[in-house]
Amino acid sequence: VRKLLSIVFKGAAAVVSARTYADFTNEATFEIKKCDTFKLDEGPATQVVMTRDEGLQYYRTMQTMRRMELKADQLYKQKIIRGFCHLYDGQEACAVGIEAAINLSDHLITAYRAHGYTYTRGGTVKKIMAELTGRRGGIAKGKGGSMHMYCKHFYGGNGIVGAQVPLGAGVALACKYQGNSELCVCLYGDGAANQGQIFETYNMAALWKLPVIFICENNGYGMGTSVERAAASTDYFKRGEFIPGVRVDGMDVLCVREASRFAADYCRSGKGPILMELQTYRYHGHSMSDPGVSYRTREEIQEVRSKSDPISMLKDRMLSNNMASVEELKEIDVEVRKEIEDAAQFATTDPEPPLEDLCNHIFHNNPPLEVRGTNPWSKLKSVS
Amino acid sequence: MLPYSGSVSLVSSFLFPPLQFVPPPNRSDWLCVVTPSVRRVTRSSDWSKSRRFPTGLAHSPAEDSLKMAASLRCFLRSGKKAVSALGQREFHRSAPAAAQVTVRDALNQAMDEELERDERVFLLGEEVAQYDGAYKVSRGLWKKYGDKRIIDTPISEMGFAGIAVGAAMAGLRPICEFMTFNFSMQAIDQVINSAAKTCYMSAGLQAVPIVFRGPNGASAGVAAQHSQCFAAWYAHCPGLKVVSPWNSEDAKGLLKSSIRDDNPVVFLENELLYGVPFEMSEEAQSKDFTIPIGKAKVERAGSHITLVSHSRYVGHCLDAAAVLAKEGIECELKLSRSPLPVVVLQVINLRTIRPMDVESIEASVMKTNHLVTVEGGWPQFGVGAEICARIMEGSAFNYLDSPVTRVTGVDIPMPYAKILEDHSLPQIKDIIFSVKKTLNV
Repeated sequence: VRKLLSIVFKGAAAVVSARTYADFTNEATFEIKKCDTFKLDEGPATQVVMTRDEGLQYYRTMQTMRRMELKADQLYKQKIIRGFCHLYDGQEACAVGIEAAINLSDHLITAYRAHGYTYTRGGTVKKIMAELTGRRGGIAKGKGGSMHMYCKHFYGGNGIVGAQVPLGAGVALACKYQGNSELCVCLYGDGAANQGQIFETYNMAALWKLPVIFICENNGYGMGTSVERAAASTDYFKRGEFIPGVRVDGMDVLCVREASRFAADYCRSGKGPILMELQTYRYHGHSMSDPGVSYRTREEIQEVRSKSDPISMLKDRMLSNNMASVEELKEIDVEVRKEIEDAAQFATTDPEPPLEDLCNHIFHNNPPLEVRGTNPWSKLKSVS
Repeated sequence: MLPYSGSVSLVSSFLFPPLQFVPPPNRSDWLCVVTPSVRRVTRSSDWSKSRRFPTGLAHSPAEDSLKMAASLRCFLRSGKKAVSALGQREFHRSAPAAAQVTVRDALNQAMDEELERDERVFLLGEEVAQYDGAYKVSRGLWKKYGDKRIIDTPISEMGFAGIAVGAAMAGLRPICEFMTFNFSMQAIDQVINSAAKTCYMSAGLQAVPIVFRGPNGASAGVAAQHSQCFAAWYAHCPGLKVVSPWNSEDAKGLLKSSIRDDNPVVFLENELLYGVPFEMSEEAQSKDFTIPIGKAKVERAGSHITLVSHSRYVGHCLDAAAVLAKEGIECELKLSRSPLPVVVLQVINLRTIRPMDVESIEASVMKTNHLVTVEGGWPQFGVGAEICARIMEGSAFNYLDSPVTRVTGVDIPMPYAKILEDHSLPQIKDIIFSVKKTLNV
């Protein structure tokens, strides 16, 4: 009987959604916040169009990222994930908005808060979670962990604060060298923005007109230090000095998308680098070892969550413009939850990497070599 | 950051063989310098006059005098450096089979050939393009290949090293030049954390085919901040290959292999060797000549003791070997009643520091039963220390008749005054002394 009932209900739901499908608006125009600009005559558009499909896709992606990070939080507290775990929840609009504006053939590099970007760049939730739990099915076969995930045209996942910025400019140099009109999106945080190598990179990128979009994800805190306590100038979009900059509302996926489109056009036209500051917020602390409330109040976190949550904002927009129904979005939630559950299941049951893999992949395209183990009699084999 | 270096006396003794050699005071080891014939420059090393260009090019006397004037200007501007430049401006019409090629030219040839062979190869660093290289190693390359492939960078080691690594990740094959490896310390995070470890962290997904090259170790009179040897530092890290050539053949063959390798290679040159000519066989002059990374070379066969060295000190070891051989022979003639034994040294040129060819060293030790390591770097945690440890852990330990001796630089920051500097680095007499102590003769 239960089975029959479930079929009936499912069928009913299908019928319900099928019936109202034709009533949905296919696309709507939205008014978004105007972006502050620096050394630019005009900024990104303030009137943007979003289609229903786009909206659903953004919603699904952001929801997947949100649930994935929350699951990681859970697994970390169960000590199934160990070491560093820097969670991205609250900042989903950044990753999704950027990816919506570029192609998979473009390149992207970010710092250690990388799970979201690994997903938008093509990694699967399963492989990401298995990497977090250190299993052989992980995206880096368990060798990298939270901070070192890679996939095609995604260069990680970098643990050293600020080091990814010159790397990103180097990727952009390769794009320019090969003449393929691809660009590189190079992300860093408000904490990293004070690193010297970033200014070295600004100089060279501007000098050589590299097709790189520098993006500062300003979430207000560099670990436990607020931006006011760390930076003499918190106008991160102006820090490029001779590089034009845009300050963007990083909690609004459409704002991020529009600004990224603007930046991508700028880059692709050969004008050189451009700087974007995304004002965003992270709900979790800096990492799982940081409760996140010693340097900010719970009220502040609650306020952002209730007023500016990116997923809620998108949901409200879609519902109020009749672009989707509550049930439809709920269905997406259910599917996402299932996907995450399956991934978590895989991540906890997949075996750890074999010991034979310990010394592999030191080199690329190299004949096998012998690696010294912990003692002189331990001679381990390494293949690439 | 502009080390002009090279001691005049060193270079001139190589280029202009003294008819009557008067050693300066306190430099008795100069007597051990091998005969002038080996060191004489006979071939133009100006790359544009090399065999790759049509041989029908005419060289007018006007051109010659222009070049001479340019050389003189160079000499007046740069003092000591240009003595070698003068020698290198000689024109040479025919190409003999084996030739005398300086290390500088060998490196230049290697880069030129690899740039030509693979479009993805490019060179970046300070002064590499329009200045022709701080040490003229990349002379002529910018003129030939242009701005796209030979890139002058601002003085931003961390920045441009990171850019080079990023370019390597995205499919190019950069050669990143550090003006000296002392400045690589500013960028060492990019070399180790971004380049060396990435292939492993990504489980083989992300390769980093990059070469970091530049002069390493002591120069002449450049003092403490410009004289450190980084062989031990870089060789400590898995994920890197560390190469240290000695002569021109090493320089060319190993640089070509390093550029063709799909992994990060730290290529440690030596500034004092740039102007030194060595004989290069015809085979070594060909475009496809490479030397495998990870194999040492026995430079001189011997039976009494093994000397292991890398870079400049291979030359010192060979000189010491010559002296000891001569000494032994002389003594035999003079003191026929109790001749000193002829000490025959086997000299091994490591060529690659990491991965080290311990097998060659072990095989040699099993023959000679004695081992001395010679290096310019500091003793603690150095290349010699590693060799000692490896020999102890391996089968060759049982063949040792005495503990391994390390001859190293003195454990101090490099002083400036010439007398102090000379005594901060292994001299030939130090090697000879250590050999005799090890052999107990």
